[in-house]
Amino acid sequence: MMVAEAKEMEVLTISALQHVAYCPRQFALIHVEQVWEENFFTAHGQVLHQRVDAGAAEQRGNVRSERAVSVYSTKLGLSGKLDLLEVDVSGENTRYFPVEYKRGKPKVEDWDRIQLCAQAMCLEEMRGIRITEGAMWYWQERKRQSVQIDQTLRDATVSAIKLAREILLSGRTPSPVKEKSRCKACSLNELCVPDAIRKDNSANYVEQMFHQGVHA
Amino acid sequence: MKKLLNTLYVTRQETYVHKERDTIVINSAGEKLAQFPALTISNILCFGQVSVSPPMMGYCGENGIGLVFYTEYGRFLARMIGKQTGNVLLRRTQYRLADDPEKANAIARVMVGAKIANARTVLMREIRNHGEHANISRAVEQLGYSLKSCQFSQSVPQTMGIEGDAAATYFSVFNGLIRGSRFQFNGRIRRPATDPVNALLSFIYSLITQECVSALMGVGLDPYVGFLHQDRPGRPSLALDLLEEFRASWADRFVLTLLNRRQLSPQAFVTEASGAVRLTDDTRKQVLVAFQERKQEEVVHPYLQEKVPYGLLPHCQALLLARHLRGDMEFYTPYLIK
Repeated sequence: MMVAEAKEMEVLTISALQHVAYCPRQFALIHVEQVWEENFFTAHGQVLHQRVDAGAAEQRGNVRSERAVSVYSTKLGLSGKLDLLEVDVSGENTRYFPVEYKRGKPKVEDWDRIQLCAQAMCLEEMRGIRITEGAMWYWQERKRQSVQIDQTLRDATVSAIKLAREILLSGRTPSPVKEKSRCKACSLNELCVPDAIRKDNSANYVEQMFHQGVHA
Repeated sequence: MKKLLNTLYVTRQETYVHKERDTIVINSAGEKLAQFPALTISNILCFGQVSVSPPMMGYCGENGIGLVFYTEYGRFLARMIGKQTGNVLLRRTQYRLADDPEKANAIARVMVGAKIANARTVLMREIRNHGEHANISRAVEQLGYSLKSCQFSQSVPQTMGIEGDAAATYFSVFNGLIRGSRFQFNGRIRRPATDPVNALLSFIYSLITQECVSALMGVGLDPYVGFLHQDRPGRPSLALDLLEEFRASWADRFVLTLLNRRQLSPQAFVTEASGAVRLTDDTRKQVLVAFQERKQEEVVHPYLQEKVPYGLLPHCQALLLARHLRGDMEFYTPYLIK
């Protein structure tokens, strides 16, 4: 799809896709404006990932589990790391099963699954295989949730990649998303000042400041 | 809002600041005077004969803790700068606008407008609380005209001129705001101050300037490239721009409180042979404690409509300036008092 563009563009990190899917402005703040504010959620997520990534590869029966596996795709211009990759060699064809670890609980929307899908698409390109399923593991629930890597999810992933590139190319930071609930959970809330941006009242504010002298 | 961390003022002479794991330790003559967890400190301000260990400096740079050196008398000497934070695109935008006379003035006149509006509010409050006073009323009216001409100022030099006139008007009646007869103010005198009020004003302005420098660096702006103040090597022009809206609203009112509540006596100051007046060591310490307390007090931010401690106002304003430069907001929205 975007072979030529991908070559010219810098490689996107897979983890950036969940940012753009969650809120294009959050993506721009982190990847264009390069601001990063650690909060409880992000710090907790990092500790969890340190734990996940620290595990060594292990073999159980026919399934080998590898952690912190690097993946990339030249077609999509993506690179990143997989939390866990299970490789099952019991069948006729080797089966690859990616697992993404998240703090929190399963999300209603696609943003976590997009990340998993992007990982799967990288693996497909690297190994010349087809992946139909992966899983999310949520710390609050402590169990796996199966994710189908279907066409709908693939389309959503490709759109996210496209949107991310458009923002990077333009260097512009989009407006905050409509869903205010997302802002509450966002670690960048304080730097983003979404409420001040959603309703730009600055012209009125400045006008009033200059006006106060006249009525005195 | 962001969390307001503490500023550590090291005023005791011949002290040594160093690091033990993640704590900041202050030694004097080999004896441990104090120890603080580094996580709770955002700035270390050293006055006079204070030495800082190289590992401590490195730690400050790495963790974004501001480290600033002053002379014993509070004159700014140096600031240690760690890794540059924020985004080069934002700084480029800042430089481009600073180079464009029209756009620079669009920001400069709002900043000066806020300075004048706040000075005017301080004077009006004086009338409200202590009754009509002919000179002060005249100054209020005069500042109203300055504010109006500021709105339509065509260039940075013109804005600068309006700012100068307004400051002269305001300081011509400032003495009337000081209660009692222990302190006399006969106009603003800097470098060096020759009376206690000027010495105090200079000291507080320089403290808030450093807060502005930290805040601007924190949001990724270059504190040395201003819109109102022109570039001069070593001068934090943008921090001085930002200071304008805090002069009357924060610094002057703070100084007036100290004097009018009789927290300081004339003996709190020393006159040198040259005629220069400075704060005694104890006074400086006392002022810093009061300043620190003020920073914890909360106000409702007039634009963000959010409760923030005074000490975070420079950060809020740096943030709003960055958002304006990024094109998120049509105008820069300065801090205004009611």
